[in-house]
Parts: sequence; C-alpha cells; structure tokens
Amino acid sequence: MNATRLKMGYLLFLVGGLLLSVPGFATVEKSSTPAAAPAASIAPAAAPQKAEQKSKSTADHSKFEELKRNFRSGPEVTKACLKCHTEAGKQVQHTKHWTWEYINPVTKQKLGKKHVINNFCTSVKTNQTFCSACHVGYGWSDDSFDFSKEANVDCLACHDTTGKYKKIPGLSGHPNYKTMEWPPHSGRFREPTDLKKIAQNVGKTSRASCGSCHFYGGGGDAVKHGDLDSSLKMPEHYLDVHMDAKGLNFSCGECHLSDAHKVTGSRYAPTAAEQKGALLRGKDDERNPTTCRACHGDAPHTEYAKLNDHTDKLACQTCHIPEFARGRRPTKMTWDWSTAGRLDEKGHRIQVKNSGGQVAYDSKKGDFTYERYVKPEYVWFNGNINYTLFGDKVDGSDKVKINEFMGGPDDPNSRIWPVKVFRGKQPYDVENQTLAVFHTAGKDGAAFWGNYNWDKALKVGMASTAVAFSGKYDFVETEMSWPITHMVAPKEDALSCVQCHKENGRLEGLKGIYMPGNNNWPIIDFLGYSVALLALIGVLIHGGIRYLTSRKGG
Amino acid sequence: MSERIYIFKRFERFWHWSQAALIMFLMLTGFEIHGGYRLFGFENAVSYHTFAAWTLVSLWVFAVFWHFTTGEWKQYVPTMEKVDAMFKYYVTGIFTNAPHPFRQTTLTKHNPLQRLAYLFVFVVVNPVIWFSGWAYLFYNELSVVGLGGLPLSWIAFFHVAGAFMMLIFFIAHVYLATAGHTPTAHIKAMVTGWEETD
Repeated sequence: MNATRLKMGYLLFLVGGLLLSVPGFATVEKSSTPAAAPAASIAPAAAPQKAEQKSKSTADHSKFEELKRNFRSGPEVTKACLKCHTEAGKQVQHTKHWTWEYINPVTKQKLGKKHVINNFCTSVKTNQTFCSACHVGYGWSDDSFDFSKEANVDCLACHDTTGKYKKIPGLSGHPNYKTMEWPPHSGRFREPTDLKKIAQNVGKTSRASCGSCHFYGGGGDAVKHGDLDSSLKMPEHYLDVHMDAKGLNFSCGECHLSDAHKVTGSRYAPTAAEQKGALLRGKDDERNPTTCRACHGDAPHTEYAKLNDHTDKLACQTCHIPEFARGRRPTKMTWDWSTAGRLDEKGHRIQVKNSGGQVAYDSKKGDFTYERYVKPEYVWFNGNINYTLFGDKVDGSDKVKINEFMGGPDDPNSRIWPVKVFRGKQPYDVENQTLAVFHTAGKDGAAFWGNYNWDKALKVGMASTAVAFSGKYDFVETEMSWPITHMVAPKEDALSCVQCHKENGRLEGLKGIYMPGNNNWPIIDFLGYSVALLALIGVLIHGGIRYLTSRKGG
Repeated sequence: MSERIYIFKRFERFWHWSQAALIMFLMLTGFEIHGGYRLFGFENAVSYHTFAAWTLVSLWVFAVFWHFTTGEWKQYVPTMEKVDAMFKYYVTGIFTNAPHPFRQTTLTKHNPLQRLAYLFVFVVVNPVIWFSGWAYLFYNELSVVGLGGLPLSWIAFFHVAGAFMMLIFFIAHVYLATAGHTPTAHIKAMVTGWEETD
C-alpha cells in the first residue's frame, strides 16, 4: 500500500534550476535515499557523490534526443513518442478514450460518447470539431476521421504535467499552434502551445490531467457529474478523504488502476454490487479495482459492526457521499433548451446571471439552474443502464428517461445507489416520436450557436443520423441519472443513522426495504397500540371502581 | 389477623427489579427505534437497546440457573384450578371486599392466573422477542444457521409484535401489583420479601 502511494506522489521537475510545478499536480517528493546535501556539507570534495534525485521515474524525457526539437503539431509529438513507446498508440486505440464506443454486453446497446444522447449538449454528432477537445486524438472533425492512424493519438492530453497543454473546442482536438483569442471575444490571447517543453515534461497522469476533461464535462467546471470538479485538483480533507492533498493524496489512477492504457471503472458498466472482499495483490481475477470493497473489504466497519449489516442493501456511496457538489462550484441541475434562441432587440445574444454569478440564461443554450451541497436521489441499481438512443420511440406527453438504472430490491446484485438526476427539456421529433439531435457549434450557416434557428440546426443534426426526421419538432422533458461515487467524505461526515431511520428519511419511497424508525408495520402498530390502550383504560376503570367501592365499604 | 410469610428471596427480588428496569428501558429505546418519538436519538437508542438486551440475557443466565438449582421453577407449572374463581374475584369480589380465593404460601407464591401469565411470558413472549432480537442483531450472519433468506421485515414483525405483548403484560402486571391485601402489599413484598396476608 505504502509503495503504491509513494509511487503515485510524483515528480518534481527541475528545469534550468527552476522548479516548475503545476498547481494541483506536483507534490514535493521526499527522497527515500540519504540526501547528498548533508554529505557534501561535511566533506565537499568527497567523491563519488550521489546525484540529487529529481523524480521517481527512471527516465528524464528532457534528455531524450527525439524530444530536443521544435514540434509544429501534436501528431509530430506523437510520432516521437511512438519511436520508443512502440505499442502505446495501438493500446490507446483499443480504449473507450479513443473509440468513444462501448457495447453493453447485456443489453447489446451501442453506447459511448459517439452514440448516446444526453440532456446537456445532447449529442456529439455534427459537433466533433468542438467535442473532440476531449478526445485523446487529433483531427476528429467529422465521420471521415481515421481511427486507425496511430499518429492521430494524443499522448499529451493525459501525460502533460505542465498544465500548459490545452485542447481548444473548435480545433478538432488540437491545441492552438498559433496565437489565438480564447475564450472568443474575451480580449485574452493564448500563446502558441510550447510543444517542445510539454513533450520534454511528460509523465504519469494526475488529478489535473484527468480532470482537464472530466472536471469540465457538460461544458464547464462541475457542470455535469456533480461529484467531479476542479476543486479535486488540490482537495481538502472534507471534500475527498482519499484525494486529500495534505493527506492520502490519491491520484485518479490509484483507484482507476490501468494496464496497457485501459483505464478501469466505467459509468457505462459500473460494478453496482461487489460481492467479494478486498483484492489480493497479484491475483488477476479480472475484478473491477475501482470499487470501495476492492480495498476496504466486505466488513469495513470495526468500531460499530452493525453498519456492516447494511451492505446487502446499500452501496458504500449512499452513506459516505452525503451530498454532491461539495466542491467550490455548484453543479448544473436543469437545462431547458426550449427557451434558447431569445435575442435582444438588436438581435444580439443575451446572457443573464443569477445571484451566485452563474449564467442562468444564455441565448445559445436556454435556461439553467445550479445547486451546491445537493442531497442525491436514491435508486436500486444492478450496474445495468438502459439508454434511450437515436431512433428509440419516446412519448412526448411524458418525461423521457434518457437512461434508466436497472435493478430492484429482489435482485441480489442490486444495491441502493445515490444518483444525480439531471432534468431538462430538449427537442424531439413530434411525428416520428424520437429524440432529435441538432447541429450545435460551427462556423457554418446551420449551427444553432450562430444562427439560433432550430429548423436548420435540427435538419443538419438529424441528417447525420440514420434516423428519419419529419421536420416537426417540439420540446420534451427528459431525465438522466448519473451515479455519485466521487468526493467521498471523511467518516465523520457520512450520513448518520437518523437521516434514513425516521419518517420521511432519505430513502422514503424506495421499495423493498424495511426501515426501523419509519413505522413500517402499520397493522401491528394499530393493533398493538389499540390493545395497549384498551388495557390501560381497563385497569383505570377497574382501579377507579375499586377506589370508589373501598371508600364506600370503608 | 394478618400474618407475614417470606416469599421472595434476595436473588429473586434482585432479579425482578433489575429485570423490570431493563424491560422498561428496552421498551423505551425499542419503541424509539421502531419510530414515533425521539428521546435518545436513533443511533444512541440502538446502542443502548443492544447493551440492555445483552445485560438482560446475562441476568437470565443467572435466573435460569437459580430456578433450576432451587427448584423454584415449579412455581410456574400451570394449573387451571381456581382460575375461574380468580376471574370471578377480579370481576366482582375485589369490589365487595370478598376474600381472596388464593392463599399464598412459600411453596405456591403465585396465584393460578399469575402462573399462567408468567408462563405465557416465558414460553411465548420472551422467546419471540429474544429469537427475533438475535436475528436482528446477527442479520448478516443468518446464512450460517440456514436462515439467509429471512427478510428483515419479518424479523422486525415478530420483534415488534413481541414488544407490544410485553407492553400489554407490563400494564396489566403493574396494575395487578396493587390488587393485594392492601394496594401496596404486593409491592412491599417484592421489595422486602415478606408478604402480609389476611
């Protein structure tokens, strides 16, 4: 355990005598070998001396000849990487980070970012130039992208340690190679990306590198997941007991153990109910290492063993993540596309901010609401999720479940899980009764974010799918659930018993559980209290008569 | 003329009162756990309830031992003799100062209704509460004894039903404790061991 933890804490780069540390990433490494400095102070001329250890890695990429040159583009860097890391490109190409595709082995549904619809920006289709800013590749702008070309793999997206590598939406997965204004119309300009420096400083993934995409899902910090945001770069103890920068200081990879670039743990195929104990080091039984039990075992509560009795019904997360969006930023809770496109009298885009400073209305996107410290909703979940995909029939008069967590109280593989339910309104085809996707971003005449014209945006969006579009659309209410599993609170902040064990507690309404504290047996309560009350009345009357007759008699 | 007889020995009195205190406390904490009012807080109530339950178990180990070694268990052998007379006494006689149909002695210290009531508590109410209570406590280990599929709601059903039976017994018992020679005679006897009789 200790060895792994030390392995994770990682690298200090000394370049030209300067300590370049990325906020939220680099941790100062304590040398495990006796330092050279004290020896030098005693006997300055003594030889041979041990050189100062810069990092745990056995390779200093700044010394590599292949990287001592200027790079004009990302793919050029990749080619240099692949000269030594000969298998890395192929490995990445087998991962979801590259394919954005996942076939659910149970439902056979074709999932992954490439295929699903959500109720945030709704779909990747026709918007790849923008969406691929979070693809581990270069150049995915449309369906003609070559997924087999290894030079298209982006190594730096995950292995940058400088924090200076930024893939810009609109550049099809590339960083900027020329000076450009970013964000648009902000008056701020980004210098060309210094690929040489970034390439010479590559290293392991970190909270910051994973977070550069995963913290910003849904189009901004904390927006999508609710349990992932940029406060996890350097989290406090209360926010995440494992990632606590001054404590255990876990990286993402500490739980999401990876091999051959395959990162474990996936919300497309989560392990809802781990039945076994802790993972044994070295034993390869293909179990998911990201579960709580993979480390904590099946009876983790030693002080108060009764808590272990809950594990047949509850996921650990249910008690140990009492609220989500506990970071610095609120998470988005609703998104109503139906109001998008309203412009001011001059025909310009409108943005309205709420009292918290967040954008509450944007002509490009519609109305939003945000929340912090949100109590999750709770569902039975067996790890299987059923999606509403392109072409699936929806009922416009009812709320559409974009995804549905399967499972129930009688399924031994189900546990009660906390979820963020994201609610919205988005376009659907009234005649064909399918969800409709639209062309969102781009500099062409159809993109909604330039023209505010639903007809055009929907027509182009739908043409990119195999689904027919009638041209008649309206907006339908949708719901999408996200499992809450990050930002695990310290045990002191876990749910107390009474948060559920009372009337109208947290799990109220959830089927198939007996909840002491919530009067679950109304019949026995009615009978019990009635008979007890009758007995009490009986003895009072009996006693009263005795009292009266004894006085009479006395 | 009243006479005094020694009925309750020292251990028996200790057993009675500590058991009384434990059962009242168990009812107080138990019904809070079941829901409806808040006194100690759910978490504390569970801890206290569990602790009190184990204390009662320990007490019972001694009580069972005592009853067998002293032969006092015979006091609970049921009899239907004079049961009708006892009923008649509680329904009418007690109001008219009629003589008590039962005469306490050291060898038969309980009247026939008491015998039946206590025996019912020992062979029905207690086992229901105890076995369901243990099932509650060892809920996740039940598969070891082949009861892995037993749902918590059933266990709780029996435990709560047993608790209500105990509550009803408690009400009747406390009231009938005043139905002695004088209203406090039985209670005094349970404290001192000496019962005054007619």
